[in-house]
Amino acid sequence: MNLTLKIWRQADANAQGEMVSYPIADVSPDMSFLEMMDMHNEQLIDKGEDPVAFDHDCREGICGMCSMFINGEAHGPDRLVTTCQLHMRKFKDGDTITIEPFRANAFPVIKDLAVDRSAFDRIQQAGGFVSVNTSGNTQDANAIPIDKHDADKAFDAATCIGCGACVASCKNASAMLFVSAKVSQYSLLPQGKVEATDRVLNMVSQMDEEGFGNCTNTGACEVECPKGISLENIARMNREFLTASLKG
Amino acid sequence: MAKLDSKTPQGRLSEKWTNHKSNINLVSPANKRMIDVIVVGTGLAGASASATLAELGYNVKTFCFQDSPRRAHSIAAQGGINAAKNYQGDGDSTHRLFYDTIKGGDYRSRESNVYRLAEVSTNIIDQCVAQGVPFARDYGGLLDNRSFGGVLVSRTFYAKGQTGQQLLLGAYSAMNRQIGRGKIKMYNRHEMMDLVLVDGKARGIITRNLVSGEIERHSAHAVVIASGGYGNVFFLSTNAMGSNVSASWKIHKRGAHFANPCFTQIHPTCIPVSGEHQSKLTLMSESLRNDGRIWVPKKMEDVKAIRTGQLQPTEIAEEDRDYYLERRYPAFGNLVPRDVASRAAKERCDAGYGVNKTGEAVYLDFAAAITRYGKEQAHVKGLDENDVVLIKKLGQEVVRAKYGNLFQMYEKIVDQDPYETPMMIYPAVHYTMGGVWVDYNLMTSIPGCYAIGEANFSDHGANRLGASALMQGLADGYFVLPYTIGDYLSDDIRTGPISTDSPEFDAAEKEVKDRLEAFVNNEGTHSVDYYHKKLGKIMWDKCGMSRNEKELKEAIKEIKALREDFYKNVNVPGTADEFNEQLAKAGRVADFLELGELFAKDALERTESCGGHFREESQTPEGEALRDDKNFTFVSAWEYKGEPSKAQLHKEVLKYEEIEVKTRSYK
Repeated sequence: MNLTLKIWRQADANAQGEMVSYPIADVSPDMSFLEMMDMHNEQLIDKGEDPVAFDHDCREGICGMCSMFINGEAHGPDRLVTTCQLHMRKFKDGDTITIEPFRANAFPVIKDLAVDRSAFDRIQQAGGFVSVNTSGNTQDANAIPIDKHDADKAFDAATCIGCGACVASCKNASAMLFVSAKVSQYSLLPQGKVEATDRVLNMVSQMDEEGFGNCTNTGACEVECPKGISLENIARMNREFLTASLKG
Repeated sequence: MAKLDSKTPQGRLSEKWTNHKSNINLVSPANKRMIDVIVVGTGLAGASASATLAELGYNVKTFCFQDSPRRAHSIAAQGGINAAKNYQGDGDSTHRLFYDTIKGGDYRSRESNVYRLAEVSTNIIDQCVAQGVPFARDYGGLLDNRSFGGVLVSRTFYAKGQTGQQLLLGAYSAMNRQIGRGKIKMYNRHEMMDLVLVDGKARGIITRNLVSGEIERHSAHAVVIASGGYGNVFFLSTNAMGSNVSASWKIHKRGAHFANPCFTQIHPTCIPVSGEHQSKLTLMSESLRNDGRIWVPKKMEDVKAIRTGQLQPTEIAEEDRDYYLERRYPAFGNLVPRDVASRAAKERCDAGYGVNKTGEAVYLDFAAAITRYGKEQAHVKGLDENDVVLIKKLGQEVVRAKYGNLFQMYEKIVDQDPYETPMMIYPAVHYTMGGVWVDYNLMTSIPGCYAIGEANFSDHGANRLGASALMQGLADGYFVLPYTIGDYLSDDIRTGPISTDSPEFDAAEKEVKDRLEAFVNNEGTHSVDYYHKKLGKIMWDKCGMSRNEKELKEAIKEIKALREDFYKNVNVPGTADEFNEQLAKAGRVADFLELGELFAKDALERTESCGGHFREESQTPEGEALRDDKNFTFVSAWEYKGEPSKAQLHKEVLKYEEIEVKTRSYK
């Protein structure tokens, strides 16, 4: 396949960025999107140009490091995949592909397509944990039976990979899906109930402080989430938040 | 150089760890506040160690090259984590887990370390559940288990095919709690460039901020390396793109012995290579072998018809299929250990029975499991057990619940539906059992420098059993290192803060800067990846699933020549004081180019076959690996002497007190 790539180039956080077009030839449909980007970078290096910076690591859809806004969608046109799992067979010969970073005030661009998502870490540090010491001196793992349906729902929420697609897809750059996934995981499990009040208040407060927008229930986050995290989690977090606020 | 001392405590095997913990020196809570510890890496080992050290009261500085500690490659582990809980009542015990691990490792691991691992395994599950890790449960609300290769019990705890993710996020959350309290200072997007020794002790590291390019000095009373394995020396592996050997290699060059570098795990069930553009390989969890049956066609004409697309695998009759693992190893069948399963796949493909265009793939088939589960469900629900369509639908639902994410990954990569047609799989580099040599306390041969998790060598011998890497990472990080390190640090309570303003830090920083400048100023012609791919090809062709003297000697020569060419002709664009991925990669590949040579040298010296190390010269008439216990029951610990070819071999003789060393048989 022969394609045209329109890529956001930005030298560093303070530089003015711009879209730059590059032709690319002989792309195999079996390539992953990032392998196509590797090939493009090899060509730029050969020509003495600066390769395009982008984040990536595991390349199997689980580490959450790859980002990219491709043709107007976080992680591109396919569903339930990250950019690293997107394959070129989803495109046609002659296509023009627009590639931008995940955009949000809370995710400043570092270079080209790489953004700083450390705001997510700070939200987790505010309360995304169970305050249990790691001594191993806890009770036996089977001491508290947990309803399988609750355990499965907690697991589904816990599969969030923290990539930020929800924020990038939201017109308000809201992080509600991300935050609610963690809050839900713990609120569904007995281990998480003890600190439920503080957790939701602290995490939401940190989320606001980081400059993420409000949720207006458009549901774009759920559609673009590579792990299919459900909007139900946002509803659950709202309930938790309301209860916690009333308790004070 | 001092003689290798494993510092294994005296006494009965089952009492060593308890006695050792009771007798080592402690640091008081007040003094812990005066002591700094550096941890490099935030996978299971690094994150859990950071969390526990901080919780105990030490000041921890933790480093990772990723943009967040949650991204470390432990996150990609799929199948599960072992623990000798015996919840299934199927005869499991600490001793059995210990024995299986030693045997699985082909009797090349340290008995005392492995026993301790088995001993603390049960605590890990308790700990993780208390942290809110959502393991799979049955309808009674209790934890579920499954079985893995090389064992005859079900002791593997799991969270669908995302166990590593859930465990890592658990450790990450424990870390976050301490970061929030200010006890851990976290440095994301930082790469360790060198270790700094003061008076022969590890006292700090030099790092590069990967965003700004700034070179920084960090001091501490001890340094813990938890930077994972070196599978990426093969270029193509199931490791993440950034996984590298550099932290381990840098400490090796500063005096830490490197043990058994040739012990590499080649995992039998990975998605085959699709073309020249391939950047990494994807694992299909070993847990799939609980329900998947591995086969190739019996008849060569069927193989040919499949390759040309004239025949579909589903059209091949049962009697025309060769379920070669079930045929060769009736006792363990599809659940033989990884090294055995990989070599068996290679044997069939080398004989010409590979089922894809390249001839390097075998089938992993779920049809039988789908039918079995379907009938079970129909029976439970009182439906027609002879309705083929219904049975298939019900069976697929069960398989989806167990392995859904793995099937989805496969479908996205290969563009085929594994519920309808068998998966195609082939072995790929996955894990490295070898690593930095450590004693019983997990300290390397440099005082004050520790190595934990995959970065060390101690627990898996020549082959690791499935679901044991997660166990070891968390055991080292949560339950071993935080206590053994106190014994060393108890001498440091009056040391006070370590200054970074010293000739040792000056010298180390200068070396790092010079190295980086040399790369960006080199007017070369080939990219870093060009060299990495070439190295990977030499490693795979000559140091891969089977090895022989002639090719290993060639590999040593070729790697050396490639390294020389790399330094002359590598082209690294950009500068050292900016976000420069090519520069970061150049440093990592430079280290791989040295490690690769030591790897081949180690493989050449070890003329026996054991575990994942298969020397063609040493096999039984049936083609099974043939150990040479008389001459090779030792750990090869290599001391750096200026360059890999001059490395000096030290032997740690392995003594087995509690178990009888036998020929490993899975027949």
